[in-house]
Amino acid sequence: MRILGYMARAGGLLLLAALVFMPRWFEPLLRPLTENGAPAIYNQGSLLDLTLAHLGLVAVASIASAILALTLGIFVTRPSGAEFLPLSRTIVNIGQVFPPVAVLAIAVPLVGFGTTPTLIALILYGLLPIFENTITGLREVNPTVIEAARGMGLSARQRFMDVELPLALPVILAGLRLSIVINMGTATIGSTVAAKGLGEVIIAGLQSSNTAFILQGGLIVALLAVLIYDAFGLLERAVARRAGTVDA
Amino acid sequence: MTSGFGEGRSTRVQPTSDRLRSPTNLFSSLLGRFDRVGCVFGAMAAIALVLQPFVTYRPNRIASGKSVSFLAALPQTTGLVGGAIICTAILVAFSRTPILWRAIAAFAALAVLIGLIGLVPLHLVPPSNTFARVSPSSGFWLLILAFALLAADTLAKLKPGPWVRLLALAGVAAASALILCSGWLRGISILKEYASHADTFWTEATKHVELAVGSLAGAVIVGVPLGIACARLPHLRAITLPVLNVIQTIPSIAMYGLMMVPLGLLAARLPLLSELGIRGIGTAPAAIALFLYSLLPVVANTVIGLDQVSPQTSEAARGMGMSGGQRLLKVELPLATPIILTGIRIVLVQNIGLVTVAALIGGGGLGSFVFQGIGQSATDLVLLGTVPIIALAFVAAVLLDAAVDLTRGAAP
Repeated sequence: MRILGYMARAGGLLLLAALVFMPRWFEPLLRPLTENGAPAIYNQGSLLDLTLAHLGLVAVASIASAILALTLGIFVTRPSGAEFLPLSRTIVNIGQVFPPVAVLAIAVPLVGFGTTPTLIALILYGLLPIFENTITGLREVNPTVIEAARGMGLSARQRFMDVELPLALPVILAGLRLSIVINMGTATIGSTVAAKGLGEVIIAGLQSSNTAFILQGGLIVALLAVLIYDAFGLLERAVARRAGTVDA
Repeated sequence: MTSGFGEGRSTRVQPTSDRLRSPTNLFSSLLGRFDRVGCVFGAMAAIALVLQPFVTYRPNRIASGKSVSFLAALPQTTGLVGGAIICTAILVAFSRTPILWRAIAAFAALAVLIGLIGLVPLHLVPPSNTFARVSPSSGFWLLILAFALLAADTLAKLKPGPWVRLLALAGVAAASALILCSGWLRGISILKEYASHADTFWTEATKHVELAVGSLAGAVIVGVPLGIACARLPHLRAITLPVLNVIQTIPSIAMYGLMMVPLGLLAARLPLLSELGIRGIGTAPAAIALFLYSLLPVVANTVIGLDQVSPQTSEAARGMGMSGGQRLLKVELPLATPIILTGIRIVLVQNIGLVTVAALIGGGGLGSFVFQGIGQSATDLVLLGTVPIIALAFVAAVLLDAAVDLTRGAAP
């Protein structure tokens, strides 16, 4: 079972690398999908550039969301911010009802086309899962553990940095993972508002009814999302093992 | 936020002389009269009212707009009276006031805002001009958001039961329908856009709901039995859940695209299928993709729901002479219902959002207005698609949350 998992990962990674670096290899396979001599391989830009732009957009947005969401999440779980906890719950609940596309569509009239509205939509929408999981993770730390740390003479800051945060980290990482996966999808849709990314390949295929482009773009986006999700899953388990919240 | 980190202790020790201490006390006693959470809404509303444009005026549908402030957008007396009411509501939000006052202030401010926005076109646009567009701008939306959050915050503090929430939802729906049907807002650009798309709006909206609910129904019919099987057979669970998990991570456009390819090839080979409407483009790939996305929450929550039925309960049912099938139908599934419904809630809200993207592959739905609007840089058309989608998702969430609570209450 485990071997099968490693083989699937290696296969996925190789296929992704081939699709991005050696798109020509797939010409014979994609050729039958085109009509009237349309190009079978995406020819409106380098796939590697688009992949890097896509990953860059998601990385910047996710880092920004993570910093904001962590700060807010830590604030509302401290005594001084406790008043804001019910409100932040309400906002998270309402926010989850907004589809990411809607956030993207609303950002366009406000800030115009291009990368900026996509970045704003990504940051705003990516906040929710991280914020929610930060709160859950910090609140689920066993109070007796914190009490024990206090008894050992740890200051509030030390208790937070050395006890609470490491124990909550696996849950926070799960939120970050969810946020990144949602962002990968929203960034793809971002191509409809002219953000540079892999969605361009799929959109170009849809506009020119070129199924080969659609398949190419779809496969790269899907493989990238699945592999990143999987990698974060491995990281999460490693962190949880270190924190001792699961059995090794 | 520092006091939680231990630095708070040092500030408490610091003021040694009386002269230093007194301003701190004054400040904290003044702070005591403020509602800290309300200050956030209050500040947001105040900034929106004073610094942000209330509406945008455009000579025609796609021309660039001119920002108009709150007072400039309204006849003088109306503007002053309306502004005074909103300022009062902001003051109520700022200070520590009884919950009933806060609720009244929030709803009164919302009503006044909707009343005022309907008056703006009458004031700004001469009756003979049919091209000019008046659309609510950032100030209006932020004010609505601030007071809606204040209303939500006060209502959440009252912890209403499921029936009260359903009643409130019905009330809000009826009020919105009444306002929209009264024609009070017909001068606002989103509704002008609606007037020119009225014929397609309802067919697209129906299609949107059909796609979201239809793929959910398919997922429940397949997913619940699959979940029951997974709860019984650990081997099946070990394969099914990771596969469904991977499917969930595939971005929606990619998924729709990947569905189009095999369906397109099938339809080209079998003309009968394409006559049935199963083609590479359109509803079929969208429905299949949505069905696949919907499976994980349904299957996973069925498994979790059945897992948490205590073995003693099942044992007691067995002792009463129930067969395996009877135990499942009469004991275990009813006990798992709240959790399965939670999964269905997740799916429905998620589907309503994802159907939007299906418009890109010709699947129709309200997303077609969103993407048409983006293509024409027509903000109003984007909003004509977006606002109903958000409203639909919100209604679905409230309805199913209430259903979850009701089944939880009914379970023995």
